[in-house]
Amino acid sequence: MRRYEVVFVLAPTLTEEEVDQQAESFLKSAKDKGADVKEVDKWGKRRLAYPINKHNDGYYTIVTLEEPQGAAVAELERRFKVTETVIRFLSVRVDLDEKRNQKLALKREVRQKRRARKRAEDTREALAEKE
Amino acid sequence: MSRRRRFCKLCAGKVHLDYKDGRFLGQFINENGKIIPRRITGTCASCQRKITTAIKRARHLAILPFVER
Repeated sequence: MRRYEVVFVLAPTLTEEEVDQQAESFLKSAKDKGADVKEVDKWGKRRLAYPINKHNDGYYTIVTLEEPQGAAVAELERRFKVTETVIRFLSVRVDLDEKRNQKLALKREVRQKRRARKRAEDTREALAEKE
Repeated sequence: MSRRRRFCKLCAGKVHLDYKDGRFLGQFINENGKIIPRRITGTCASCQRKITTAIKRARHLAILPFVER
């Protein structure tokens, strides 16, 4: 399963209800394409770091979803492009990075354990030598 | 930000790097919005690469500025 994080920014000219409606319709189209929506994080209206299309604010929504292929994300991106109220979007595949980080964390743990064991052995040896 | 300290901030503490966390990434850009080189921040090469992509993603989403006056 691939895991994606999709962020989209909606224009501040919309009302809260319209934002919810749009987000809902995006989610629905993603689900229709076989995606499993894990998490929806709504930041609400937030100040932009620089103006986009003469807007100074934007409604941020972050969606985490899982799907076997990239079909749902492709569909979402297509819809973002044709929807004019979407002023910015970004989709990132996160499963590979997560996997890698887990592997590294595991390795680190094993190494630390080995080191601790080695240190314990060394001190034991040193003590034995003294005697 | 404290300069000339020789350890990698990311490797030392277990920080999860996220392009949505503008406040954290803000440590790695200067007043003009430029990415600070790692010879000044002291981050390791692999972390610096991750920071760079995260900052670029954040800029695209207008979480961080491209330029700041």
